[in-house]
Order: sequence, then C-alpha cells, then structure tokens
Amino acid sequence: MQIVAENLSHVYSPKSKFAVSALKNVSLTIDEGEFFGIIGHTGSGKSTFIQHLNGLIKADKGSKKLTVGEFDLLDKKCDFKKLRSKVGMVFQYPEYQLFADTVAEDVAFGLKNFERLSEEETAARVREAIETVGLSYEEVKEKSPFDLSGGQKRRVAIAGVIVTKPEILVLDEPVAGLDPKGKKEFFALLHALHGGFVKTVVIVSHDMDNVAEHCTKAAVFENGEVWKVAPPKELFKEAETLAEMGLDVPVTGYLAARLAANGVKIDTDFTERDFARKVLETYRRAEEGR
Amino acid sequence: MSFIEAKEVYYRYPQAEKDALCGVDLTVEKGEYVAVIGHNGSGKSTLARLLNGLLQPTKGEIFVDGISAADKKTLFELRKRVGVVFQNPDNQLVASIVEDDVAFGPENIGVPRKEIGERIDFALSAVGMQEYRKSMASRLSGGQKQRVAIAGVLAIRPEVLILDESTAMLDPRGRREVTDVVKKLNRENGMTVLAVTHYMDEVCEADRVLVLSDGKIVMSGTPAEIFSREEELEKYELDVPVPARIAAMLRAGGMEIGRIYTKEELGDELCRLLPKI
Repeated sequence: MQIVAENLSHVYSPKSKFAVSALKNVSLTIDEGEFFGIIGHTGSGKSTFIQHLNGLIKADKGSKKLTVGEFDLLDKKCDFKKLRSKVGMVFQYPEYQLFADTVAEDVAFGLKNFERLSEEETAARVREAIETVGLSYEEVKEKSPFDLSGGQKRRVAIAGVIVTKPEILVLDEPVAGLDPKGKKEFFALLHALHGGFVKTVVIVSHDMDNVAEHCTKAAVFENGEVWKVAPPKELFKEAETLAEMGLDVPVTGYLAARLAANGVKIDTDFTERDFARKVLETYRRAEEGR
Repeated sequence: MSFIEAKEVYYRYPQAEKDALCGVDLTVEKGEYVAVIGHNGSGKSTLARLLNGLLQPTKGEIFVDGISAADKKTLFELRKRVGVVFQNPDNQLVASIVEDDVAFGPENIGVPRKEIGERIDFALSAVGMQEYRKSMASRLSGGQKQRVAIAGVLAIRPEVLILDESTAMLDPRGRREVTDVVKKLNRENGMTVLAVTHYMDEVCEADRVLVLSDGKIVMSGTPAEIFSREEELEKYELDVPVPARIAAMLRAGGMEIGRIYTKEELGDELCRLLPKI
C-alpha cells in the first residue's frame, strides 16, 4: 500500500488562543517497500503526520488528499477500523501501554478488536505474533507483562500490534531507552518483519546514525512542512544545512563534511561500513601516488 | 576516606531470586564526574538509588561525606547532600509553576522563607531557566523540564548530583541542554556528578567510567581506556561510540589512527591522513 499525502494540514485547538498549526500543506508519498525515516525537531510535525496515517488525527478540511492504498482518509465513509488493522502504530515507549494480566491476553486484545475469531484461531494468531517478535510463546504466555525485562516488554507491545498482520508498521522512536544490545536486536527484528507481511516500515527517529544505517529514504520535517525527501545518501550530503536547522547529522556525515571542507570528497551512502571502505580506498590511492 | 565510599555492597529486591548488586566497591572523590554504563538490568539504577538512600543495602556499607546511606536514621542528612534526577521529565515535577516546584525541596528541609527566594534564583540561573520562573511546568519542553528537575535538586545545595538516565527520553536538543548544564555544574561549581546513561557520547564527558554487568563493577577507567577495550565491552553487551567503531575499521584497514572516541578527534585525524589531492 502506498501512502500519499497532498496539501495535508492540521491545526490543533483551532479558534483558541493556543491554536498551533502543526502541519502546513504537507505533500509526501511513501512507496510500498520503503524503510522510511521521518526526521525533525520536537514540534516539527512528525508525530502529527504519522497519527494521520491511521486516522487517529483527522486532516483539516482543505487538505487535498490523504490515501493509504485504497483507503481514502478524507472520505467520511472511510473504513477506519479496517485501515487500523492494516496500519500498525507503535508509539514511544509502547511498553507503558501494556495492561493485561498475561502476555497472551495483552497481545490478543488488539486482534479481538478487529476480527471475530474462535478461541483456537485467536490463540494460534497470538502464538504466531509472539514468536515473530522473537519470544517463546510457551515461556511468556502466562506471565504478567510487567514481570518481563524492558526489551521483552517492548517486543510484547509490538506483538500486540503486528497480531493483525498490518502491511504498514509505523513506529515513533522505536529504540529510545533500549541499551546498545537491545537497539541492535530491535533493528534486526524490524528488518525481519519488513520482509514478511509488513511491506512498509515508517520510523520517526532523532538518531541520525540509525537513519543512515537503516532507512531507504527519509523526510525532514521543519515547522510543520516537509523540507526534503531523499535517500540518506543524498540527504546527509547537506550536513551544513541540517546543522543550521539544528538537526544532527550521522557521524559519517560529519566526517565527510570535514573532509570535503579539506578538499577530499568521499562518495558514501553514510553507513559506517561503506564510509570506512571509501575512506580506505581514498587513503590507499593517495599512498600509491606518493 | 573518599567522598563517596561503598564497600562490598549487596542489594536484593524483595521477592527477587538473585542479587541486583553483588559486592560493589566504589570510591568517588569530591568534584569527580563519573559515568556509569551497563546493559539493562546490570544494576546501574539500583546503585543510584542506594547512594541517596531510596534503597538500603542488604549487606555492606555506603558512606557519602561520612554519612552512612545504610542507616535510615541519617537519611535526612544524606538526602541534603545527594540529589537524584530520574528519567521521565513528565513525572518529576510536583508543582504547576516552575518556581514553586524548585521551592519544594528547600521548603521541605526548612530553609527560611527569605533564603528560598535566593535559592530559586541561584538554581534556575544555574540551569539557564530564570526566565521561566513563573511559567507553567506543563508547557515546557522535555529538556526544559529536566533542567527544572535539576534546579529542584540544586536548590537543596547538594554535594552530589546523580543522573539516572536523565536524558533517555529527550530529543537531541534537550539532551544537549541537560548535558551542557551538568558539565558546567561540574567544571565551574565543582559539583560531584554520577551519571547513569546508555548514550556512549555522554560518557565521553566523564573523568571516569564504570561498567556494570550483572551487579558487579567489571571495568573502570577513563573514557579513552574503556573504549579501547572494544571486545570486552561487547562481552558486557555494550557498544563503543560510533567514531571509535569507524576508527577501528580504518585501523584494521591499515590507517594509523590512534584510540579515538570523539567525532571531532577522528575528523582531525582524517584531515591529517588524507591530505588534499
């Protein structure tokens, strides 16, 4: 399913003195298959945008287009319930939203909201979701979600979202608060999911190193508008502009900019491995020429 | 005796099957900036909580400025000296107006009314929030809220500031605001700082790094020393900062790059090694 937004606008608390124009004429297309990054300051409109994608926030009148696959979100008759089973939304610190007595009940909750299945079918789907996120069903199903470790809790929260087999998975700061190993494992999980029923992954992240390392494309939000959409390879060439906007660049972007200022051009996609390889190539060429 | 001294400290949570801390020895001198890293569940936060008496050790001794943290009778004195700022900016502020929140601590320890005003001035200006004195706490950004939380601690005039993942929930701008304030307090006011964090770049600011794993201190040294032991860190499920990882790849490829862990230093090295063609 392709996501298309054209001239999408949203004002919070309109007509009050606290009115905030969070999105201003945003046009953005996210193709099926992308591992898409959304970057920007707090308050740039990122979260407002992603909450439009499954109808948690409704677009203002005057927005031109908002479609997700065949769903027309500007149409009053849009089947939002069905849409929400197709667009999974994982908020920041999703483990704070766990509530049920057991892991199995918590994961089943989402499914029961969307589909009427027999006990057995539900159990089978819950088992599948829990195993997909890399936990042992037998081990955790009867446990209280609150007795699990931080990383495991987050996995359970994801299981509760993917149990409806969404085609699009949207995650807000998915690795915030995880330790280094947890981060690595979590990205591995996202890539594994991306190859299955999840066709498109959209992540909101402040961590540019993660965006450079994992995303196929990224959009930069600034003051409620989309400043640029490009693959990391293009985007992080503009290290200076991003810095002026007060955004970070990945370490590789910083280093490439330092070298460029010194007259050495490194043509990299800004992943760590590729950057190191290109630097070494340049270094060896220089050594040979000496 | 060192300013903070922990000897053979054990702690086990009620109903837990094993110790969260098992035999921690620790000394911190006045004015030191110590970072504590470790995987989730390694005991970092438990250590932080023991140091200001939120928890009492099951076994062992802890002294801060000569006061026992294991003795509930001296808790009041201990907490005047040790302030903690926690992770979540949204659940540490107790009042709706910034100045009332900062006043909460000094009011509780019976500071005279006149002096409270001075303390609020001092604390808010130390964290660069004086212009928000009359603001609603709920309308502040995450970084601003954490700075107010730090001000609330400073108003007690503590000797030690403990940060228990205080930047984990902030965006890069908020993180920078908080780390800059902490660095300044340490360098200019001589505040002793113990910072628990997952962010490897924040560790670079510290004088000394402690690595916790399964309730024990397994590594201790300057950031440069710790980050040059990449394999060991990996064993404890930790990472080196990105610049150190890139430097290691370049070193393996034959470039003469030293033990580097900040991007600025690596930039300098690369500019030196790859002269303009």
